[in-house]
Amino acid sequence: MTIDAFIILLYILILASYLGFELINKIPPTLHTPLMSGSNAISGITIVGAIIACNELGYVSVSKWLGMAALVLATINVVGGYAVTDRMLKMFKKK
Amino acid sequence: MNIIIQISYLIASILFIIGIKMLGRTKTARQGNAVSSVGMFIAILATVVQVEAISLVDILICIVIGSAIGLVIAFKVQMTKIPEMVALFNGFGGLASLAVALSDFWLNTQEKGIAVDSITGISVALSILIGGITFTGSIIAFLKLSGNISGRAIVFTGQHLINLILLISAISITVFALTDFSNPTYMVLLAVVSLIIGVLVVIPIGGADMPVVISLLNSYSGMAACATGFVLNNNVLIVSGALVGASGIILTQIMCKAMNRSLMNVLLGGFGQTSATGGEAADGPQIVVKEVGVEEAAQIFDSISSLIIVPGYGMAVAQAQHTIRELSELCEKKGVNVRFAIHPVAGRMPGHMNVLLAEANISYDKLIEMDEINDDFANTDLVFIVGANDVVNPAAKTNPNSPIFGMPVLNVEKAQTVIVSKRSMGKGYAGIENELFGADNCLMLFGDAKQTITKLVGELKEL
Repeated sequence: MTIDAFIILLYILILASYLGFELINKIPPTLHTPLMSGSNAISGITIVGAIIACNELGYVSVSKWLGMAALVLATINVVGGYAVTDRMLKMFKKK
Repeated sequence: MNIIIQISYLIASILFIIGIKMLGRTKTARQGNAVSSVGMFIAILATVVQVEAISLVDILICIVIGSAIGLVIAFKVQMTKIPEMVALFNGFGGLASLAVALSDFWLNTQEKGIAVDSITGISVALSILIGGITFTGSIIAFLKLSGNISGRAIVFTGQHLINLILLISAISITVFALTDFSNPTYMVLLAVVSLIIGVLVVIPIGGADMPVVISLLNSYSGMAACATGFVLNNNVLIVSGALVGASGIILTQIMCKAMNRSLMNVLLGGFGQTSATGGEAADGPQIVVKEVGVEEAAQIFDSISSLIIVPGYGMAVAQAQHTIRELSELCEKKGVNVRFAIHPVAGRMPGHMNVLLAEANISYDKLIEMDEINDDFANTDLVFIVGANDVVNPAAKTNPNSPIFGMPVLNVEKAQTVIVSKRSMGKGYAGIENELFGADNCLMLFGDAKQTITKLVGELKEL
């Protein structure tokens, strides 16, 4: 990676972190558990990296096996995270 | 990478941001989660359509297996066990980031024979380090929360020294790796060291501090995804990782503040051991409590016009949420103003108590957070405490020698009358005496919360 590419990624990191702090600071305590499990699902975005890693041919490839393991784990994280968050938020009702 | 995949990742990033924004309001939260999942779906779809047709089957098999496991866990898990589940998922996310970074590194250096530059190399090392710590740290947190290993702080001499040595070795290994990226041994060794660090940093932390630990590990799983984004030069990983990292840090701060502990203090561990040997009980005056029976309690409930219920984790353990809803509905029918006071650490993770009460069908607008309700206790007729202890201990305000001194607590003792539903005179999670139980206006209703409250509801119906 060139220094230029790295600096751009660093900009993205800093701006996204700042945005994250601003967004989450305003979330009321009532919703902190769904927020955590929902953001947990988002952190499973590694799944796209895992898919790319699985794209290697041949099962003798260590990188492919690592990628497939990562894909199963990340999918559990993503699918399970969104499903349980939805299950929780469905229960939040006002009478 | 082509333009379609880049645009898809951009759309996914935007949807994640909008989704989190919508998660901030109870009315829009569920749609927010859906918006964010659509973003994830777009990112996955755009990536899958790019892969070689021959790899597609492998990828789909992995996705199907992962989805099945994820869905089963998500639909089977009890709401009391959400903290364990979040810890477990966190761990999986961390391990996935580690594996992706290592896979990419292996592919380039070993299978393609391409030299990696130092920025990528350092990013790989960071992904492995953070991902590894997140994985084993989360697994230990999961085991502690589920009771498979002791929730007590496990401390031994030289613990901090060992952690320091491990951290120094992790840094040295990375430095060695920088000198020779063609040798994969360093990165594998780094993975092993980081997995050990993860275990060692969480075992000295007691069960009462788990809300902090889960929040922190949540943040780490985001940071691991972020570092992997630097490895793969992938913007969507960096954006999402940063959002999650920030969210975890904020929740960690909130939890530390709610327990009046610094993050350092929590991480160094051992809390709960020191307080147990603090000699608090020996020199303090013996607490004399006044007991109350179900019938008498029912008469008190019948005579009030305002009620604040203070639920604690003990309520969830006794599965008393539903009977409490019955009680609150019955009181409301009698014209009583019923509200619930929620301490930030009432459950086992941030906001956990709200989920438990929502599951019992209690309207969320009745759940009032500590700062908002704390001034109202003084003009409340009755406070009913179910399974909460440390968060209502006035010693936090009055006794500088108490281990919990300075922790923000609910001002329950200011109410006209306080009734405490409690199994026995056992101590709270922090293992300390509660002066509240000896107060003049405090009555103890002993017995299993679910059974006593069911009886109470029965009595109250007849009045």
